[in-house]
Amino acid sequence: MNRITQTLGKDKKLLSIYFTAGYPDLEDTIPVLQQLQDSGVDMIELGLPFSDPLADGPTIQESSTQALHNGMTTEKLFSQLEGVRDKIHVPLVVMGYFNPMMQYGVERFCKRCQEVGVDGLIVPDLPVDVYHEQYQSVFQQHGLMNMFLITPQTPDSRIRYIDEVSEGFIYMVSSAATTGAKSSFGDEQEAYFKRIASMGLKSKLLVGFGISNSTTYQAAVAHSKGAIIGSAFIKHLKNHGSDSVANFIKQIRD
Amino acid sequence: MSYHVNEKGYYGDFGGAFIPEMLYPNVEELRQNYLKITNEEDFKKEFDALLRDYVGRPTPLYFASRLSEKYNTKIYLKREDLCHTGAHKINNTIGQILLAKRLGKNRIIAETGAGQHGVATATVCALMGIQCVVYMGELDIQRQAPNVARMKMLGAEVRPAQSGSKTLKDATNEAIRDWINNPVDTHYIIGSVVGPHPYPDMVARFQAVISEECKSQLQDVEGRDYPDHVIACVGGGSNAAGLYYHYLDDKRVNIIAVEAAGKGIDSGESAATSALGKEGIIHGSKTLLMQTEDGQITEPYSISAGLDYPGVGPMHAHLYRSQRAEFVSIPDQEAMDWGLTLSQMEGIIPAIETAHAFAILDQRSFEKDDVVLFNCSGRGDKDLATYIDYFKL
Repeated sequence: MNRITQTLGKDKKLLSIYFTAGYPDLEDTIPVLQQLQDSGVDMIELGLPFSDPLADGPTIQESSTQALHNGMTTEKLFSQLEGVRDKIHVPLVVMGYFNPMMQYGVERFCKRCQEVGVDGLIVPDLPVDVYHEQYQSVFQQHGLMNMFLITPQTPDSRIRYIDEVSEGFIYMVSSAATTGAKSSFGDEQEAYFKRIASMGLKSKLLVGFGISNSTTYQAAVAHSKGAIIGSAFIKHLKNHGSDSVANFIKQIRD
Repeated sequence: MSYHVNEKGYYGDFGGAFIPEMLYPNVEELRQNYLKITNEEDFKKEFDALLRDYVGRPTPLYFASRLSEKYNTKIYLKREDLCHTGAHKINNTIGQILLAKRLGKNRIIAETGAGQHGVATATVCALMGIQCVVYMGELDIQRQAPNVARMKMLGAEVRPAQSGSKTLKDATNEAIRDWINNPVDTHYIIGSVVGPHPYPDMVARFQAVISEECKSQLQDVEGRDYPDHVIACVGGGSNAAGLYYHYLDDKRVNIIAVEAAGKGIDSGESAATSALGKEGIIHGSKTLLMQTEDGQITEPYSISAGLDYPGVGPMHAHLYRSQRAEFVSIPDQEAMDWGLTLSQMEGIIPAIETAHAFAILDQRSFEKDDVVLFNCSGRGDKDLATYIDYFKL
């Protein structure tokens, strides 16, 4: 069974952490992964840096620029992940934009993901219908789940379509925003979380964007299976370095 | 075979809407409404009236007699440089502001490189009394001070794009991010035939007035409504799309696209996307773009800020791949020389972008009876500082 499915089946609220591969330093990818697992994180999203990350706010953009500057490439990431499954047992999701995958070759990209033990992908600029028509079979052949985003503006009919095509979880974007843009949740988000939770979707929901502390984490998981933190963690890495991961995770879960 | 967009938003292999889900509702709203609204009588009436009374259309079709004599062919210039604000860009911004109003939007965002599209957007926002935010690369803001001042005079807020390479592509990224953060009240006026479907088709339709006028104007002077060659410069490709539009499926017309070679195709400082680009995704569109082996988008170079875009509109990518159009690239130096030539032979100081197109005359010959139609897409006022510096005027 795919590690994502296994983890989604656990009787607990999940914490998934995003960080950009090759950040803050090129060789930090594996040490950060290890610390995240040691800190009890349930799932990890590994960002493949891109020069033009449209869906990301300033924090993740900056980390992508830095990682590229450090020398991160698609091939470099796969070589870093070689043998990662000897030590890392939590689900690994690679999050990246579609252009670098196209240039690597979508099939070759999927094959390499499978070889190193990646469980799924999040490709924000690969629309669900294009995926469904052109790429789903190659993802499936390589045992990869593809996760889609929904937002407060996504029409119900489209949410149902996404639910149908989804295999892992649905990534519920907390508000109409790029990553990291909001610092707290209001009534509007609360109503949106409840609305989606009541739709009876087959996919589990993980909330992301705008989660930065224990308060927003608790609010997010109240109506979902778990939460995803990206920008706040990147900021922590930036300010406290790559060896202080445990402190960050502790303050979220406390 | 048609060279227009198909019902799924593709030109052959290119186009589509590769956008984050956060943008889906905005783009879908446009997709569902752009043809319906622009075909309404009331819309057409208002659009045509503004093009006539405000922009100054129809623009003249001018027979360039001295050039024609020198190059031994019949050269016509479509004078888009005479449009209000100095270039064809305003045809599109008039169309989109009218569309935005009908969609109930009360805030406009735009990206700009050299500032021409920013000025054209700020202009129509002033005309309609709508709030306007223009994203411009921090480096471009420094390089294009007069256009920044124009936008401010027109009441627009100019926001510096500080990410990435701090130029046009990053300004476009910032505008897209703004739209993600303001999905309900805001319309994004893209300045070229780029971006996710329906933008390339929508912008091409608004610019199509250029070739529509050419047809009747040519009929009057040549007794036929088509030329033998249409020639335009291509950055993103909006002036070219407008000039080609009504001739795309007319095989009697040879299409020539002129890109900026910068310091030379192999110099590492170029913007010749068709020669240097590979298929990929930029700003929500599958097209040809300049990128590294690893799929990172690279920064192009041209002396003309309006041509240094790392991608090209999907219509043009298709024209290139299907060989419907001939693509050539012209280095900085030849374009600059043509800025001077056109000034001194026809009394028209062209934008540096526009000057690239004319340099084709030194690259290939045309038949004596050929009707060769150039899009004189913009005037050179905005480039005076560059001309002064280059020619030590």
